[in-house]
Amino acid sequence: MELDPVLLSRLQFAWLIGWHILMPALTVGLASYIALLEGAYLVTGRARYLRISTYWIKVFAVAFGIGVVSGVILPFQFGTNWSRFADATADVLGPLFAYEALSAFFLEASFLGILLFGRKLVPQWVHFASAVIIAAGTLFSSFWIIAANSWMQTPAGFEIVDGRFLPTDWFEIVFNPSFPYRFAHTVVAFYVTTGFVVTGVAAWLIRKGRARDDAKVMLSMTLWLLSLLVPLQILLGDLHGLNTLAHQPAKVAAIEGRWETEAAFPLTLFAIPDEESENNRYAVDVPRLGSLILTHRGDGTIKGLREWPKEDRPPVAVPFFAFRIMVGIGVLMLVLIGASWWLRARGRLYESPWFLRAAIGFIPLGFVAVLAGWTTTEVGRQPWTVYGLMRTVDSVPPALTGGEALTSLLAYMAVYLVVFPTGFLVMARFLRDGPAALPEKGDE
Amino acid sequence: MSIGFDFVIIWTVILAGGIFLYVLLDGFDLGVGMLYGLAPDRDSREVLMSSIAPIWDGNETWLVFGGLSLLAAFPLAFAIIVPALYLPMLLMLLALVFRGVAFEFRVEDEAHRGFWDYGFCVGSILASFAQGVMLGTFIEGFEVEGRHFVGGSLDFLTPFSVLSGFGLMAGYGLLGAGWLIMKTTGAIQARARRQGRYCLIGVLLAIAMVSLWTPHVSAEVAARWFSWPNILYLSPVPVATALLALGVWRALGGTSEHWPFVGAVGLFVLAYAGIAISLWPMIVPHHYTLTEAASSESTQGFLLAGTLALLPVILTYTAWSYWIFRGKVRRDNGYH
Ligand code: HDD
Ligand code: HEM
Ligand code: HEM
Repeated sequence: MELDPVLLSRLQFAWLIGWHILMPALTVGLASYIALLEGAYLVTGRARYLRISTYWIKVFAVAFGIGVVSGVILPFQFGTNWSRFADATADVLGPLFAYEALSAFFLEASFLGILLFGRKLVPQWVHFASAVIIAAGTLFSSFWIIAANSWMQTPAGFEIVDGRFLPTDWFEIVFNPSFPYRFAHTVVAFYVTTGFVVTGVAAWLIRKGRARDDAKVMLSMTLWLLSLLVPLQILLGDLHGLNTLAHQPAKVAAIEGRWETEAAFPLTLFAIPDEESENNRYAVDVPRLGSLILTHRGDGTIKGLREWPKEDRPPVAVPFFAFRIMVGIGVLMLVLIGASWWLRARGRLYESPWFLRAAIGFIPLGFVAVLAGWTTTEVGRQPWTVYGLMRTVDSVPPALTGGEALTSLLAYMAVYLVVFPTGFLVMARFLRDGPAALPEKGDE
Repeated sequence: MSIGFDFVIIWTVILAGGIFLYVLLDGFDLGVGMLYGLAPDRDSREVLMSSIAPIWDGNETWLVFGGLSLLAAFPLAFAIIVPALYLPMLLMLLALVFRGVAFEFRVEDEAHRGFWDYGFCVGSILASFAQGVMLGTFIEGFEVEGRHFVGGSLDFLTPFSVLSGFGLMAGYGLLGAGWLIMKTTGAIQARARRQGRYCLIGVLLAIAMVSLWTPHVSAEVAARWFSWPNILYLSPVPVATALLALGVWRALGGTSEHWPFVGAVGLFVLAYAGIAISLWPMIVPHHYTLTEAASSESTQGFLLAGTLALLPVILTYTAWSYWIFRGKVRRDNGYH
């Protein structure tokens, strides 16, 4: 069998970034949470905040370490496996990545040392400032990387000269049409993911009777935050979808499973899209609802996939299902938050066994939604690396052989299957022990 | 001279400086990682690890910065060099993964501490070796057609590149030993002094062989160094190298805690200058000059504005964080 270097490179990229993004999904959120706790400790002097912060700093350190090593691999992928893409787009994208390193990576790396090892070497306010700086760093990092990714989705501010993209307007490049939506939706996704990890762990500690008072503070604080963020995330998702409809209609057609251009179209809740016959099988449709959501009118029109030549269409089944997984999880999250309000009103938030058990079960869901969301976005962008302008098949190095690509893919798989599970085990072990019994002095 | 020309010069300086800082900074902590394998007991391993734990991440960030400034400022070079180094690059990246996670895992994954200790040391060795191999391959040059690398996957594997792999291992070992002499005391320091001498011998052998070999691999390099009057201007480089090496040898045997490291840095400066003199002004040896591989003026300008503002800040807080952790290794840093 011929090994296809393009397919193998795509699998490799998806494998590497899929694991990598799990770490930012946790560290972006935890960094802000730790900054908040350190600030609360600085202001109130209560040991409780110090305990909780110290507890999460350890988890943060492990996740951050794995995030860094899996992140270092990524920019080099642009050379090893996507060199023609790099040659064509680096004039535009290169500075965005480089600014990520300049404005974020150095900041995070230097102040992380202080956060982890400096508690006894620097005054508390410097320790707090380091936590704030790291939190800011993670957000700068998200800003630039998502600017770059969004530019690939909705390119702007460039001209094409001899097959290379040259910059004409930097503001348009960074603030390209999909950037604000993707940035907001992704950062909130990271906060939400972390929020459900914190509530789940707190619920577990409460059930085990370990550090109950600390755990209650974690649970209550985070549920308030999620009460705000989960509805916000759904709103942002809706706005994001409208933006995608304006700029990448073929992607939306795949997400919605729409083959025909039609007016007053339904919302397909479930189906098995069949690319051979260009139809949905076993479809469960809600009449007119699709039109209401996407055009905000009962009789709006959507362009169907058949409008595009086959070679310009994205795969359908993958974005279709991935999108439903993400949205399904968003809805589940909203239900759990609603339940928390109800229990809180009755004063039973910490006692209800089914709620605590559900909260524990929610720990992985944010991560699954993040992966599903990215899969929707990226697979829906196919067959292009720069939407509508540069094809994925034209992006790999000409000298790359299937053998090389397979070797590297297998090597990355082997290593990640050791490193990531170990990382999760190590984090779980920390969390299991609960916040250390630091002195209660200063508590109420 | 157009403005574009000036940007290219400035970016050459920034890129060269960034890569050099990477080599020095990650060089010493990779060196400590290799010497870690020779530490006789758990206590001394702890000390070695603690001497670099707060700073290794910042050091490795210079690698990311180097790679990304190459991508942004000289994209053609990036698009040719990185695919040409496919396999050694893979080896380096995987080795860095093992090395990086070992800092946390060896403490927290008690059951497999031995495995992560091993991973830390072997990861450091392979990453150093792979970087040396990449350097050697780069000096020898690649097969290029148009804007692409067109050679084979194993082109990188030559006696010259393997030699340069071992040479860089010795060099990083020397830097690591110098660092440990500054950061430790007693038996650990004494051991680092002995190990430093072995590494120095390795470094000198490698420098000598590479210097004799490079002009053979490339007629251009030979012409640059051995033609009159260049030979007159350039002769201080080998002379200074020899004198400095003697100084480092004696400092390793003496009582000074700083000179071995400073001297090792000096040796790296000279070797780096030697390579720069040999290659200037090419960035893809034999094929493209810095100017030909440069990105558009707009790109270089846009990135330069922020870089000139941010680099001084980065250097300041990096120096500050080294300052916080100055002095001999402390074991009670409030973590683990
Ligand atoms: C905790 C994670 C999470 C949750 C609960 C949601 N999403 Fe999401 N979604 C993401 C995590 C995410 C993501 C991983 O962050 C993506 C991928 C790229 C991006 O910008 O955000 C994404 C992309 C994404 C897109 C863009 C697809 C594209 O650009 O092609 C849309 C339209 C939505 N989402 C819509 C929603 C809706 C309607 C949700 C709720 C009901 C929702 N998302 C919940
Ligand atoms: C923000 C920075 C990102 C950039 C620059 C980027 C760029 C790319 C590139 C170059 C490819 C390979 C070409 C292709 O197949 O389209 C790709 C594919 C892919 N990426 Fe991203 N990506 C980014 C973020 C992510 C993240 C965070 C995920 C998380 C899961 C992700 C998931 C995928 C998947 C699943 C593919 C394979 C899609 C396919 O080839 O069918 N991407 N991306
Ligand atoms: C093609 C896509 C990507 C590339 C090339 C990339 C590159 C990198 C690199 C090189 C590092 C390590 C920096 C260091 O040495 O300290 C890193 C870490 C990080 N990345 Fe990515 N990254 C990508 C996708 C993403 C995405 C989509 C996000 C978030 C939206 C993200 C957020 C972060 C954060 C917060 C860190 C800090 C370490 C951590 O928290 O895990 N990255 N990334």
